[in-house]
Amino acid sequence: MKIGVVVFPGSNCDHDAWYAVTHNLGHKAEFIWHGSADLGDVDAVILPGGFSYGDYLRCGAIAKFSAVMPAVKKFAAAGGLVAGFCNGFQILTECGLLPGALIRNRGLKFICKPVDLRVETAGSPFTNTLRPGQILRIPIAHGEGCYVADDDTLDQLEKQRRIAFRYADNPNGAMRDIAGILSEGRNVLGMMPHPERASDPLMGSTDGLGIFESMVSALVRS
Amino acid sequence: MPITQEQLAAHRVTSGEYERIVKILGREPNITELGIFSVMWSEHCSYKSSRLHLKKLPTRSPLVLQGPGENAGIIDIGDGWAIAFKIESHNHPSFIEPFQGAATGVGGILRDIFTMGARPVAVMDAIRFGSLTDPESGARNRRILEGVVSGIAHYGNCFGVPTVGGECSFDPSYSGNPLVNVFALGVFRHDEVFYGRATGIGNPVIYVGAKTGRDGIQGASMASAEFDENSQEKRPNVQVGDPFMEKLLLEACLEAMRTGAIVGIQDMGAAGLTCSTCEMGSRAGTGIEIDLMHVPQRETGMTPYEIMLSESQERMLLVADRGREEEVFRVFRKWGLDAVTIGTVTGDGILRVKDHGAVVAEIPNRPLADEAPLYDRPHGVPAYRKFPVHGPEFSSAGLSADLVKLISSPNLCNKRWVWEQYDYMVRTNTLAGPGSDAAVVRIKDTDTSVAMVLDGNGRYCLLDPREGARLMVAECCRNLSVVGARPVAATNNLNFGNPERPEIMRQLVEAIEGMAEACAFFETPITGGNVSLYNETLGEPIHPTPVLGVVGLMKTAAPVSPVFRRPGLDIVLLGGLGTCDPGRFGSSEYASTVIGSTWGLPPKLDMDYERRVHAAIREAVAAGLADSSHDLSDGGLAVALAECSFGADAIGAVVELDSDLRPELLLFHEGPSRVLVSTSDAAGVQAVAARHGVEAPVIGRTASATLSIANRGMPLAGADVATLRAAWENALPELLAG
Repeated sequence: MKIGVVVFPGSNCDHDAWYAVTHNLGHKAEFIWHGSADLGDVDAVILPGGFSYGDYLRCGAIAKFSAVMPAVKKFAAAGGLVAGFCNGFQILTECGLLPGALIRNRGLKFICKPVDLRVETAGSPFTNTLRPGQILRIPIAHGEGCYVADDDTLDQLEKQRRIAFRYADNPNGAMRDIAGILSEGRNVLGMMPHPERASDPLMGSTDGLGIFESMVSALVRS
Repeated sequence: MPITQEQLAAHRVTSGEYERIVKILGREPNITELGIFSVMWSEHCSYKSSRLHLKKLPTRSPLVLQGPGENAGIIDIGDGWAIAFKIESHNHPSFIEPFQGAATGVGGILRDIFTMGARPVAVMDAIRFGSLTDPESGARNRRILEGVVSGIAHYGNCFGVPTVGGECSFDPSYSGNPLVNVFALGVFRHDEVFYGRATGIGNPVIYVGAKTGRDGIQGASMASAEFDENSQEKRPNVQVGDPFMEKLLLEACLEAMRTGAIVGIQDMGAAGLTCSTCEMGSRAGTGIEIDLMHVPQRETGMTPYEIMLSESQERMLLVADRGREEEVFRVFRKWGLDAVTIGTVTGDGILRVKDHGAVVAEIPNRPLADEAPLYDRPHGVPAYRKFPVHGPEFSSAGLSADLVKLISSPNLCNKRWVWEQYDYMVRTNTLAGPGSDAAVVRIKDTDTSVAMVLDGNGRYCLLDPREGARLMVAECCRNLSVVGARPVAATNNLNFGNPERPEIMRQLVEAIEGMAEACAFFETPITGGNVSLYNETLGEPIHPTPVLGVVGLMKTAAPVSPVFRRPGLDIVLLGGLGTCDPGRFGSSEYASTVIGSTWGLPPKLDMDYERRVHAAIREAVAAGLADSSHDLSDGGLAVALAECSFGADAIGAVVELDSDLRPELLLFHEGPSRVLVSTSDAAGVQAVAARHGVEAPVIGRTASATLSIANRGMPLAGADVATLRAAWENALPELLAG
């Protein structure tokens, strides 16, 4: 398998995602420059964490205009797996691949800490090796991770079992404790926590690895 | 137009210094030249009051690849890898504008690291503030703390470097002069090192990064003066940081370096374009000629004076191989950054600044950069000392309550409120982060990890600057040893008051000499650092506060826990109970917080014994004998035991001591050379200790949910861990709520 990691100016978890895939998961990964209109021959795409274009405007608001994004959208439309972590999730909501928005944390401060996530569904290419109700310990590191959407959207997400993860102890005020969601086609995942930071035994938790393993397992089956 | 007395005073150039300038130039300077001299010869850039004494510091060891004098020191970590690290202060700007002052402090030290070719992998901050509860200054001090912390978070988080540790403490002496000392560390290969040298006559001088504006003009001079009632008017002198620009600059510089077309590079920090041009020329023995019309400018109508003295952030100056400019430009274009040739390297040793072809400044590089006046400031008086030798009579009203008071005091309480705002994990190398005795960062692609720590203690140094400095070195090396690392090198930040006052100068001299002695003894040479003087407001100096950053090396492995993890293990007090007398107890956190008084002397340090304790704990950790390991520090034994109990599983301890010391001293004295180890093999730990000639009594056992301490059967202090923990956790948020 080969997973592409998009590099925006200001991405700073790009190397971490690359390392998790290559060293902890044992698969291939390559960087995709934001100016590239072509994703190459990758099997899945990761939009990594960071501060794309500085995020001085709304987080992800500039990245959505990036040259690479039409290719990412096309890839997703064709059923390709796209995972956005942290800033990647913010970009996915900005460009409309996922509903809702991420706004300032309830406490108005940046928060970096490991949190407990509850797996809400195993029915997705990102969670197929996990159990519903399973608790994953994965770090968050964000200032704008409070998920918001209108009631209809939230109801629909729940009805279609598109909430992938919920916080066990909501750190940022996210509506309905949402930490990560799926697209309608279930092939796009956005989540605020950083699974690439919980993939190496030396980092204290390998609970994030299950998400990467699920992606590989889904790709193998397809 | 001749220079007036008012202009000299405004530039803080003395008449003696002016005469020297005239002699160097062979004529009167113009105003641009005066401005250039004033910043290069400011205390901040020239170290003119401290340099004579800094020479006493040890700077060499077989591992030191680069000592003081470059942008950062470099240490060999083996297998062709090296680390570059340094600490720098941003005290004055952080008082005037806390958020941007602290943010640009982080930005400045990061550029010092990557200008050498190293990728920054860790930042730590030592920050000090006045009282948070003082009726007059508390609100302002809380605002400064919040601004500084969010400024550090803003810059480091966006740039993508983890803030892995540091310290945050409080004392009324920092009320008008908060201290913000920022440490950064980077990693590279030996053959990736770059220096700030303008070699190769005829080579192009290239400006890259942000455009030049009017911000920060004369910041270096500001950082070399005391504050008075009008200090807030200096706000336009504080620069504004752009961490996104810095991130681009990092990636572009490292990529451009790999082209092989760059021969020298230096960041534009304090004194901006002035400092980078003349220092690069001076180091290489060359001259530099630039024309300011090529300098990218953010605003119109800037004078040569303003352009040369601007401290706009996120700018670099580099010298490329003639004919290979395009390779460099191509990289910077890719990252969307300005890169323009603004001049050339010349053979005449002169910094020649033109503006649209007309010469506006012409100064020999070497005297400007390296021959600033050196002052042997008078210091033949006792060091300034605010507190008495003898303290009041005291008797505890309740030792358990004292313990709660200590662990919920601003200095000893949990600093989670601070460090949770910092991304301490990005780059996935942080094996031990904030809250550990020392931070541990692995170096990917090697089996080596770097441990690092910052420490300072202004109160100890006020009572005895020499002993205080020695204790600080010992504490840093102990912190590294308890995580299993061998200390190898250090960087120092000397924060003091006005050196023109002999009793302050004496503090500085004593502290440097104490640090020199201890750094030589513990084999941690100083590879660079920073001096911040004039930390006074309305004549009131800060406590003399040297801050030391020490780095150590260890094999990459899961780190030992600082907290108790399992009940029923033996607790060994490596180093023993130590000794103290009421005179030395006056420097303790207990004296300050519980008794409300400070007196006497700092704890007594036996460096030889201290070193043996370090060797013993390193060996115990390496052998896997320690289930947890944590050193004794501020607050002494009882506070250390409480801290060991604050793990996720709330494992406390039942401790039974055997000592003649009176209870307050026994529980809370701060004698050095002591480490708490929990172990399932006490005999093994004791055997290691015996080999090193170190005491190692078993003082109790770990126990679920409770902490109790007795001496010879007499209960002294105790509480359930949850209660203690709540007091420790909630203190800072409650203090900040006002």
